[in-house]
Amino acid sequence: MPNDHDHDHDHDHHHDHEHGSELSEMQLRVRALETILTEKGYVDPAALDSIIETYETKIGPHIGAQVVARAWVDSGFREALLADASKAIAKLGLEQKVGDHLIAVENTPSTHNMIVCTLCSCYPWDLLGLPPAWYKSAPYRARTVKEPRRVLADFGVTLPDETKVRVWDSTAETRFIVLPMRPAATEGWSEEKLAALVTRDSMIGTGFAKAANEATA
Amino acid sequence: MASEIEAVRAALETVPGIPCAGEAPIFAEPWQAQAFAMALTLQQRGVFSWNEWADELGAQIKAAIAQGDPDDGTTYYRHWLATLERLVARKGIASPETLDRYYQAWDHAADRTPHGRTIELTPDDFA
Repeated sequence: MPNDHDHDHDHDHHHDHEHGSELSEMQLRVRALETILTEKGYVDPAALDSIIETYETKIGPHIGAQVVARAWVDSGFREALLADASKAIAKLGLEQKVGDHLIAVENTPSTHNMIVCTLCSCYPWDLLGLPPAWYKSAPYRARTVKEPRRVLADFGVTLPDETKVRVWDSTAETRFIVLPMRPAATEGWSEEKLAALVTRDSMIGTGFAKAANEATA
Repeated sequence: MASEIEAVRAALETVPGIPCAGEAPIFAEPWQAQAFAMALTLQQRGVFSWNEWADELGAQIKAAIAQGDPDDGTTYYRHWLATLERLVARKGIASPETLDRYYQAWDHAADRTPHGRTIELTPDDFA
């Protein structure tokens, strides 16, 4: 067992198109074990997945909402985030490592952004936790590019006709996070209170941030 | 599902150090949740008890600290996975050699799989 290597960072989002895929040492060890246990009938992969889904919201540091709230209150940070999201987030002093090529795209009254990974399921999980099952599903991946408004409608999101929808396709090298619009009537709110309004879906672009009156007290 | 909730609760009561937010385990990376789920399943199947697991994991962590492990929680699931591998070997489910063979095969499978495709293991990967 190559136990001594220390490179357990996640390689999922750093595949090289020409050189195949890469799994970290820890991912390889987990897969090796899971395959053997499955072959011997000790575990059922579907049952494992269902356990893991229970913890879908518990994986990863979930700093996305914090980042968005900061951008809402601090215009300097907002500009830095839109210019170079990886660098801006690193400067926040959050301890978590964030991938190298993160791009923040800002929703405005005239433009609504959505993210997808048409090829697989690249996702800024270091900011948002594990991707929800629908993000990985073939229909979402295929339809978001072709008919984004219909996909949004399925999520209960309707936009004014004049609002443009832009779809960002994540790649191995580049991942996206949506900076949702700040809800009305939240002037003077603390970052913490604002962060509670930022939903995962609002950072994927399949939802809005919660309204001020939806805040959990 | 009820039995799963019970099993998690039992684990949290018996096994020290599981990183938690409130009463729920949290994971820094997806593989950690997979390793957690595998231990949970093996315990539910009676391969080991949480007491046995706690002893084994404790010994693993102690040995790691003696070798310079930072002991700050960041390596918890590395020890968790190493414990899983050790117990699986001891219970006669898979020897370290077998684990290594599958490890190499998965590495091979990843290498030959272009980005975006699902990485799948085939018999050729064991060559």
